[in-house]
Amino acid sequence: MDTQVLLSYLPRYLQAFCLTVQIGAIGILIAFFLGMVAAFVLHFQLPILSGIFRFYIELFRNTPLLVQLFFIYFGLPRIGIMIPAQACGALGLGLLGGSYMAESFRSGLDAVSIGQSEAALALGMTNRQLFGFVIFPEAFALSIPSIVANVIFLFKETSVFSAISLMDLMFTAKDLIGLYYDTTEALFLLVIFYVIMILPVSLIGHLIEKKTHDRIFGA
Amino acid sequence: MDEILHINNVTKAYEDLTVLDHVSFSVNKGEVVVIVGPSGCGKSTLLRCINAFETIQDGNIVLGGETINPCKEQLHAVRERIGMVFQSYELFPHKTVLQNMTLAPMKVKKIGRKAAEQEAMALLERVGLTEKRDYYPRQLSGGQKQRVAIVRALMMHPEVLLLDEITAALDPEMVREVLEVVIDLAAEGRTMVIVTHELSFARAVADRMIFLDGGRIVEEGTPEAFFDAPGTERLQKFLHSFTYQG
Repeated sequence: MDTQVLLSYLPRYLQAFCLTVQIGAIGILIAFFLGMVAAFVLHFQLPILSGIFRFYIELFRNTPLLVQLFFIYFGLPRIGIMIPAQACGALGLGLLGGSYMAESFRSGLDAVSIGQSEAALALGMTNRQLFGFVIFPEAFALSIPSIVANVIFLFKETSVFSAISLMDLMFTAKDLIGLYYDTTEALFLLVIFYVIMILPVSLIGHLIEKKTHDRIFGA
Repeated sequence: MDEILHINNVTKAYEDLTVLDHVSFSVNKGEVVVIVGPSGCGKSTLLRCINAFETIQDGNIVLGGETINPCKEQLHAVRERIGMVFQSYELFPHKTVLQNMTLAPMKVKKIGRKAAEQEAMALLERVGLTEKRDYYPRQLSGGQKQRVAIVRALMMHPEVLLLDEITAALDPEMVREVLEVVIDLAAEGRTMVIVTHELSFARAVADRMIFLDGGRIVEEGTPEAFFDAPGTERLQKFLHSFTYQG
């Protein structure tokens, strides 16, 4: 491996890294809130909305992100909706992630026992207090391991951003290989940067798991 | 004596199955009423009706002059006046012992944190759990959890305390530590309605015993009369099933 080549590639990879992290983070943030809303709607079986969110979850959980991105990036402009590539990436990731997050949060909500609700109500809490102070925090803590897994999964999914010509890590590697044929160096940096991106997420995730889920419910 | 709780002709049915059949009794201030009966006789359902966790088909329940109506919007205001302790403890797992105790007083009664914590510590001291204040429920034994659940209910200063088989899930050696707390509360003049299978405890703590069978009150009386001279054959049989010497 040529160190000179590695060093010369570094600035482009760094740029791509920042872009990937940025879009990934925004997408995951969207996924997080979308998932939370969807889980709430499904858990409490709100009329009409339940059907809409059920349809949304099934649609996005059962199609590949690549297809979703193509649809948003190439399909929507046909009906006059133009979205810039970066927003497409974040939106696509958010919609895919939202469907996974919804199921994570929902399993958490469903896992809180009725006894907990009754205990809170017996203490004179209103339904709102019951949800805010008991059901939601408990469900959230229960969902954390699965949310962490989703975040890691979604960061890895960012690799398909290259398909809608976003200059992410994957795009940069393919581009450099196409230009200079330094395959080894380009792929080496690609792996390294993905690890740099996802390993901390994984470690922080485990730390959060320990601090919340494990402390409350045991490992 | 001041009547605080009045159960009037309460009937509870699930479709064809009648769980409570015109049950009536009242509880005076400072009185401890213990309800016993075979499994499935409706004891727990009765307590759940008092706290409006079950709708009733007939009759009514009056707490301090106010009828408890499960359909009412302000149900939480009524429940605030009734404390309930469950067989399965139901401590909030994401909160420490202290937080479990102060949550409702702070949020429902809007009591300041400092005052709530002070009161909680005094109660914890009373049940011998001061050093567990920052523990999470999963770090406690069953008996400790149940003692916390009892003092958590006391934090709301309930007019009536309902105890629903609070020792049924405990190992035998932990039953005593929990029941001693209840006996202590009885001595202090707390109004309580207790459902239990611990007959010797019932005898020690009760001002009045109620035997429930098949959804009806079969016998009611002082603990002495209840245990030493049961008037009905069904109660005799029930009491007999707890003894082993022929």
